[in-house]
Amino acid sequence: MLKDVKKNLIWYIALVAVILATAFGAMKMTERINYEWYWGRVPQYFVFSGDEDQFADGNGEAVIEEIDMDQSKVILEYDNGEKDTLILLQDSLMIEDGDSFSEGDKIGAIHVVRTGILIEGLITTLELSLYSGIIALIIGLFIGLARVSKNPLFRGLASIYVEVIRGTPLLVQIFIFYFFVGTVLDFSRFTAGTLALAIFAGAYVGEIIRAGIQAVDKGQMEAARSLGMNYMEAMIHIIMPQALKRVLPPLAGQFISLIKDSSLVSVIAITDLTKAGREVITSTFATFEIWFTIAGMYLVLTFTLSMIIRYIERRFSVSD
Amino acid sequence: MIDIKDICKTFYVGETVIKAVDHASYHVDQGDVVVIIGPSGSGKSSFLRCLNMLEEIDSGKIVIDGVDLTDKKTNINKIRAEVGMVFQSFNLFPHKSVLENVMLAQKIVRKRSKTEAKEIGMKLLVKVGIEEKADAYPNQLSGGQKQRVAIARALAMNPKVMLFDEPTSALDPEMVGEVLDVMKSLAREGMTMVVVTHEMGFAREVADKVIMMDAGQILEVGDPEHFFTNPTHKRTQAFLSQII
Repeated sequence: MLKDVKKNLIWYIALVAVILATAFGAMKMTERINYEWYWGRVPQYFVFSGDEDQFADGNGEAVIEEIDMDQSKVILEYDNGEKDTLILLQDSLMIEDGDSFSEGDKIGAIHVVRTGILIEGLITTLELSLYSGIIALIIGLFIGLARVSKNPLFRGLASIYVEVIRGTPLLVQIFIFYFFVGTVLDFSRFTAGTLALAIFAGAYVGEIIRAGIQAVDKGQMEAARSLGMNYMEAMIHIIMPQALKRVLPPLAGQFISLIKDSSLVSVIAITDLTKAGREVITSTFATFEIWFTIAGMYLVLTFTLSMIIRYIERRFSVSD
Repeated sequence: MIDIKDICKTFYVGETVIKAVDHASYHVDQGDVVVIIGPSGSGKSSFLRCLNMLEEIDSGKIVIDGVDLTDKKTNINKIRAEVGMVFQSFNLFPHKSVLENVMLAQKIVRKRSKTEAKEIGMKLLVKVGIEEKADAYPNQLSGGQKQRVAIARALAMNPKVMLFDEPTSALDPEMVGEVLDVMKSLAREGMTMVVVTHEMGFAREVADKVIMMDAGQILEVGDPEHFFTNPTHKRTQAFLSQII
């Protein structure tokens, strides 16, 4: 590595220069349109830290005990006998010990720290990708097997599925799945989104697996069959392990695509990372900052996945 | 043991029709070592592959140990377990170790326990002289070693017949001997064997019967003595004079 750097030093310098020039160019461009950068607005959407007002649920009397300089324990004794205990900020208290209150009165505020909408969107995107990825892998296995099957029924159905899915836009599929299939079968948004993604990715995974199966030497199947294994046994024990190992890199690519494609489900109002970004923009107008942040978060996901796959690949290559 | 009656196998490659096996009949007795010779493209490999239905025959009949292969009710997997096959290109399972290669079908097809399969597997690896490579993977072996493992893998099923499809053709010359030695010892133990090979030394030494094939047909059958001293057919004479 060090030797490489020494030998190609000039090119490494050029690489850094190009990156810097691009960044500088982008900066100059935003200057021209007088864009004000407010990166400071972004972090609160990762972790929200602030005061949240608390209101009374009914009429009653308050008992207040001071805990320390900052906080007080407020016991709300409602007229119907129920009690609520709140730990409120000293400065925020709107009533005093023994005061009565009525429903909807502001009592005070508590300090909260919780994950912001961007993190929640990230988790939703992760869940969407994970579930649809697993389902897509299962669909893909069956489609791959069906595509190489000698049975015209399986082969035909699998071909139609793959052609239809690959020949129509994912966005249209999501709409159809949500408005038609989802309505008929009464799916939640999340289920509809997950299944639409899974069915979309399943077609591609199926094609990858088909290619993997066909890339395994014909002699492997013959050897397995000549030992008396039936077709399925040979597939499970001999062909599939070799095929899957071979298709790991293209599969990784497909799953990375899946994470990115999951952004499209935001059109059916699933608050994934993209939708979360759009929501934040409507309240901050920090358009550029948020979209760059969102892009960075997708990058973190996809890069992590490709690192994991690379690790698995290395583990798998022992017998090569 | 094996009764082959008037079998045909035709391949269609685009426009061309290749009659790989053309009305071939033969009978293999229990314990016989039958060597099939003939020029390349003469259909000898196809003939052999028909015997365990790796190629489905178009017409004719094959009966192995009293079981009709062409009968729709016959479970072909059961027959194949009784008929071991060794390929020119070894076809070891690259994702399994040598021992696992020998154990796998025993567990799946013969339903043997892991311990039993391992015991039998190790015994066979000793028999083919490769026990020290039990934990190696196929790609770490030489061609001759691979082929010996392949023989052990086939033997692990306790087959009644062993088919060899040019087992030494893909080997470096110095490794041919070790594989032939294993095959010879099998023949001496009384294994029924059908061998497609160009190794005339092997044919002369261990074959009970030699079959000459040409253009999908069985041209001449005889014992080695007959073949290597005075073959009747002109085609056989020409073929033998070229390779000996």
